[in-house]
Amino acid sequence: MKPQPTHIFEKDISNCGLTGFVSKKGTRVGGEVIIKSISLMHDRGNGLGGGFGAYGIYPDYRDFYAFHLMYENSMAQQLTEEYLEANFYIEQQEDIPTRRIKEIANPPVFKRYFAKPLQTDEYKEAVEYQNMTDEDVIVRHVMAINHEIDGAFVVSSGKNMGAFKGVGFPEEIADFFRLEEYSGHIWTAHNRFPTNTPGWWGGAHPFTLLDWSIVHNGEISSYGINKRYLEMYGYLCTMLTDTEVVAYMLDLLIRKHGLTPQLACTALAPPFWSLIDQLPDDERELYTAIRQVYGSALLNGPFAILFASNQGLIGLNDRVKLRPLVCAEFEDFVYMASEESAIREICPNPTRIWSPRGGEPVIAMVEGNV
Amino acid sequence: MKIDAQGVYYRDLNAQIRNAVATGTDKIELINVNGQYFIGDGINKPVTITISGVPGNDLAAFMNGATVIVKENAQDNIGNTMNSGKVIVHGHAGDVLGYGMRGGRIHILKDVGYRVGIHMKSYQDNKPVLIAGGNAGDFFGEYMAGGVLVLLGMFTDDPEKAKHGYLFGTGMHGGVIFVRGGVDESRLAKEVGVFDLDEDDRTALEGYINEYCKDFDLDPKQILAEQFYKVLPRSKRPYGNMYCPMPR
Repeated sequence: MKPQPTHIFEKDISNCGLTGFVSKKGTRVGGEVIIKSISLMHDRGNGLGGGFGAYGIYPDYRDFYAFHLMYENSMAQQLTEEYLEANFYIEQQEDIPTRRIKEIANPPVFKRYFAKPLQTDEYKEAVEYQNMTDEDVIVRHVMAINHEIDGAFVVSSGKNMGAFKGVGFPEEIADFFRLEEYSGHIWTAHNRFPTNTPGWWGGAHPFTLLDWSIVHNGEISSYGINKRYLEMYGYLCTMLTDTEVVAYMLDLLIRKHGLTPQLACTALAPPFWSLIDQLPDDERELYTAIRQVYGSALLNGPFAILFASNQGLIGLNDRVKLRPLVCAEFEDFVYMASEESAIREICPNPTRIWSPRGGEPVIAMVEGNV
Repeated sequence: MKIDAQGVYYRDLNAQIRNAVATGTDKIELINVNGQYFIGDGINKPVTITISGVPGNDLAAFMNGATVIVKENAQDNIGNTMNSGKVIVHGHAGDVLGYGMRGGRIHILKDVGYRVGIHMKSYQDNKPVLIAGGNAGDFFGEYMAGGVLVLLGMFTDDPEKAKHGYLFGTGMHGGVIFVRGGVDESRLAKEVGVFDLDEDDRTALEGYINEYCKDFDLDPKQILAEQFYKVLPRSKRPYGNMYCPMPR
């Protein structure tokens, strides 16, 4: 009898890929550049998720919150639009331009709204008596739409930025959303290989809130702890995927609690106690305090993440570096990616190229008011 | 034989390389490489593959006798379960180099990432040697079971960084690590200890360094001018009592 092979040697070798860059001087770059970078890592995904975060793409509406909405059915759209009209002044609303291509199956409907909160009684109550800011009000609305309207999901909700994501390889998603027609000064991209959670349109990266956006390679095994901690502050996880907690956690730590990006990264990926014990007094006290106060913000499990906002781009690894992250600099550009080749594809000769150590954030902020 | 890899998909590129090897080509030059995975994997013949550009992950995995020369930087997972042959990288390289490597040489000129030399092993005449000329990340020599790691800390792009990271030698239970200029003992894993070199060590190390220097056109005297120390495991079975005590 002919021996049977013990393995199927054709394997899916995917493992998620991410890439991103920032122009610190605010130079706007066309979408084709980030597409080229993420496409090089095509084989890190398996066609079940691709997405992009883009900043500086809506300069004409820079003072309005740009809501990207995804609708799975027309009832969801109707209810959401009634909700938005009741709570917002909408300067402009339109379909997000898409291109029908054969690689993309059953896309949901995408619309965008450039809006400001209306001075409703509810708004006045929130601002005047509950000490809430405009951003807090927006967060509350985003949570309400995601949680209460079946089939409606806020893909992004920041000013002068947007997320574009869905089920497909990233280059297909880029084609679908006609990304080459946009230009921005910060771009991130993600190629997904879903492991523990469904490959659906809302589960593609980036995950966003206000102008925070996160792309992530890895898995957050502390998801349950992080999710329950965030629920205490009114954040509701609705996207069925671990990465969502990172977006909300950074909003909580940086925007609400006023931590610097550096300290927020320390809360997410703090040093081990054995290392903290060896540090000088002031550092030991600081790290001990961060770990005591933010124990439930600690992200356990392997990760490399890029998080962006209108202020800049930050890359961070888990403490023992179980996922790859390479960074490079050229002129006022800072690049971060899963593979050096993805950077070289769009920046052949960087002046500096290095791998940050685990838990050591790479922070590239834009200069002045971009 | 020259192959232009510009924009060529990794499967097509590797098919071209395997085809060239099968038809008796012994020198293969790859130009415009960027990110193609699996170059040199499983090659059984003593061919030389020279690469311009940055090759993708899993370079020289399962390689058995070939030589791969990378003129620039390389990425992660070089020489996984490599049996014999040599990889020379004229820049830096990434994480998890020489995973389960069983023989041959990996020479990296500059910095290396995390988990370098993880679970390297040796058996009889098969003794893998991996030399890193720059700094290394955490978990250098993790679960190392045999073979030789050498860390020089000399040719780094990041001189402010420490020569090696934390948890150096975690789970190490065989083989030897030579470190130029000593180790930071506060960063050693509890499974290892630091020792002076004996005469046999010095002879062996000189041999490794001479070969390394030939590859990069360096002066071995300059490298050997500084004192080396060796890191050895304290036990051949560091986790024998982890879950329940073993019978004596």
